[in-house]
Amino acid sequence: MTTVFGVPLQALLGQVLLGLINGSFYAMLSLGLAVIFGLLRVINFAHGAQYMLGAFVAWFLLEQLGIGYWWALLIAPLVVAALAVVIERAALSKLYGLDPLYGLLFTFGLALVIEGLFRWQFGAAGQPYATPDELVGAKNLGFMVLPIYRGFVVVASLAICLAVWLLIERTKFGAYLRAATEDRTLVQVFGVNVPRLLTLTYALGAGLAALAGVLAAPVYQVSPLMGSNLIIIVFAVVVVGGMGSIGGAILTGYALGVLEGLTKVFYPPASSIVIFVVMAVVLLVRPAGLFGREG
Amino acid sequence: MDARRTDVLPDVTPTRSSGRPALALGLTLVGLAVLIAAPLFVYPVFLMKILCFALFAAAFNLLVGYVGLLSFGHAAFFGGAAYASAHALKVWGWPPEAGILFGALVGAGLGLAMGFFAIRRQGIYFSMITLALAQMVFFVCLQAPFTGGEDGIQNVPRGHLLGGFVDLSSNLNLYYVVLGITAFGLFAVWRIVRSPFGTILEAIRENEPRAVSLGYRVERYKLGAFVMSAGLAGLAGGTKALVFQLATLTDVAWQMSGEVILMTLLGGIGTFAGPVVGAALVAALEHYFATSSFPVTIITGLVFMACVLLFRRGIVGEIQHRWRR
Amino acid sequence: MLELGTHEPVPVAVDEPAGPALLEVKGLHAWYGESHVLHGVDLRVREGETVCLLGRNGAGKTTTLRAILGIVGRRQGGVSFDGRDLTRMPLHGPARVGLGYVPEHRGIFAGLTVAENLMLPPKGAEGGMSVDEIHALFPNLKERRTSPGTKLSGGEQQMLAIARILRTGPKMILLDEPTEGLAPVIVQRIAAALRQLKARGLTVLVVEQNFRFARNIADRFYVMEGGVVVDAFGAQEVEGRLDRLHELLGV
Repeated sequence: MTTVFGVPLQALLGQVLLGLINGSFYAMLSLGLAVIFGLLRVINFAHGAQYMLGAFVAWFLLEQLGIGYWWALLIAPLVVAALAVVIERAALSKLYGLDPLYGLLFTFGLALVIEGLFRWQFGAAGQPYATPDELVGAKNLGFMVLPIYRGFVVVASLAICLAVWLLIERTKFGAYLRAATEDRTLVQVFGVNVPRLLTLTYALGAGLAALAGVLAAPVYQVSPLMGSNLIIIVFAVVVVGGMGSIGGAILTGYALGVLEGLTKVFYPPASSIVIFVVMAVVLLVRPAGLFGREG
Repeated sequence: MDARRTDVLPDVTPTRSSGRPALALGLTLVGLAVLIAAPLFVYPVFLMKILCFALFAAAFNLLVGYVGLLSFGHAAFFGGAAYASAHALKVWGWPPEAGILFGALVGAGLGLAMGFFAIRRQGIYFSMITLALAQMVFFVCLQAPFTGGEDGIQNVPRGHLLGGFVDLSSNLNLYYVVLGITAFGLFAVWRIVRSPFGTILEAIRENEPRAVSLGYRVERYKLGAFVMSAGLAGLAGGTKALVFQLATLTDVAWQMSGEVILMTLLGGIGTFAGPVVGAALVAALEHYFATSSFPVTIITGLVFMACVLLFRRGIVGEIQHRWRR
Repeated sequence: MLELGTHEPVPVAVDEPAGPALLEVKGLHAWYGESHVLHGVDLRVREGETVCLLGRNGAGKTTTLRAILGIVGRRQGGVSFDGRDLTRMPLHGPARVGLGYVPEHRGIFAGLTVAENLMLPPKGAEGGMSVDEIHALFPNLKERRTSPGTKLSGGEQQMLAIARILRTGPKMILLDEPTEGLAPVIVQRIAAALRQLKARGLTVLVVEQNFRFARNIADRFYVMEGGVVVDAFGAQEVEGRLDRLHELLGV
């Protein structure tokens, strides 16, 4: 059997793949956080709860209405984005211009409420969500066996990240967004309805989190706490990458996911803290983050 | 001129010198008298819980209210100290005063380590970094051999104070000890804020670039405040381990960091009495919901949202604000 | 930023040319936070005119432009443009009825290319300049359209800032210190461009420190001090007022 540093190749690749899958979620979530923060100056603590909501909407669609995975990929982000519109209009928009910490605290409270409601209704245990029929099974790649759905998650998340990157870097909407990130007032004086742009951006970020949640449903269990466990790691990812760059958020997400997977192979006890250790090191070497511009 | 100028948290300028020292002294004495008599009317363990949280929140407030740094990782100091004290008391058989002191020292040590990294960034980043570092401490506590994993450290002996003189297995005895510890901790916060050191902290909060240009080593002051805050949070955590004879993952989890923020925010960031009032209210709230299946986080979350939207000065801050007008 | 002198400048009743105003500002007060910056500004700009606001640093010129658009903490008084009340509009309102703005320091976005900067402001009315026309007016912008906006020279940035507003087809533009920090040869080019625009019938309200430049392009002048208008005169009256202007502007 082939081994690398005394570890069977099969096990190594298996963990790298797992890391890549975790990294896919880190990338999608930190991307959404970065987009929201860039324009709204709000750290969206409810991002994890919105991710969980996406998974639960998918689960509910399947269990209660018999609506399957592919429709859920469309419907769940829309539902969560609609909710985000209400939250932004009713509350977050009242906090612009105050210290950004208030946005963090508000969304923290929001996350507590959402998660509490789901724990109340569904308990802390997870609900299983079946892999869609089209993606059941595994493929033998010769050097390893790849469960098809997991391969799909990696590819889909790459496609989603690319699409969001294109939206921001190559479209008119993206130009508004980038310009408003620099000077919101001037963009509005130019005639752009910036309050609506802010609402749409928050909805976009939340919808992205929900989309990640649907993708996650067949991989992890659908549970009320699935988001809060993830969001703190994503915060560390964001600190490592730096908030300034969309591409940086994506890249850092995947890289740290893989690093976590590799740590699981070579020194399992450290795998749950390795991302935090990297964060500490980055803070020493480059306090603004690897791709950060702001000092 | 920047039309987007943001208000600096907190909205309220902390009152270093209350305009009415006699009133403040009077209120403090009345409060103390009430607390001394309280165990005759209220279950002492519940009161002790409030006292521990009040000290914890006051320690947290030292950092957010007077330096403007919102830590989202104070559970690491509280919980870390709870584990340290519980271990010293149970495994090493230390007397309670030494065990609690050890907890405070561990809290301060963790504060030094975490603060070393966290003060490199400000504002929102500082919050995220402290949250992430505290989560790291959580995972260490989850996996380390001496913390007892999911069970935590249970049946911590309360022991005897002053070489066997005071039996702490009596709730009433312990209550007065905890009251003394809390009073000491609050007094320490009060002294720190009013010391020359506190004056410089306030200057940093108001205008950091100016403090730098005046030649202050701003990092050192911030780190100093961070370590003091962590040490006092550790004092609260160690005391809590003695009172409940228990140290668990709950003490070190991020929810605990959120709880101490809520207490301070609800009572009034940057006010002296705010954290105490907030701690009492949150503890009462939790006590009320403890037996129901309704998750208390729904209520705490709603209180959080309401405070941020409508009530940023907090209860004490609002009273002070109206009083002054 | 504002330094009020010890004496309170008194607004003057000035002779104004008759005829309907495109922009009319009446008794405009403005505040940044607690500080009261404008103390009742009155001015009128007729269609097709180029009007210049003169005054020392801190006189309230930039704030007047910002208050017309609503970019101040609080304002009071009347601002009407093309028969519409601007004070009742959201911040994105004035642009949509044809009032363009070229801010102080140009406001070029670093995260956008030259082309993206140019295309950023949404088109308001018909009749904006086409990209080809803009490239004919400012050829440098064509060559550098894929560079990041802030990689341009100061003069090119100023041209970009003017060009992106012209593309939207405004009835009038508010120009804040278009020559600030630019070399004389560039200033001449900007003056030429502005004269060309005037020939097309564009109305302009420009804030300037550079009196020689202003004299070159403006039909009428207002002089501000301490947050009010203290003098107003036409281009033909400049010669007779040079002494008083030197005193007022410190030039």
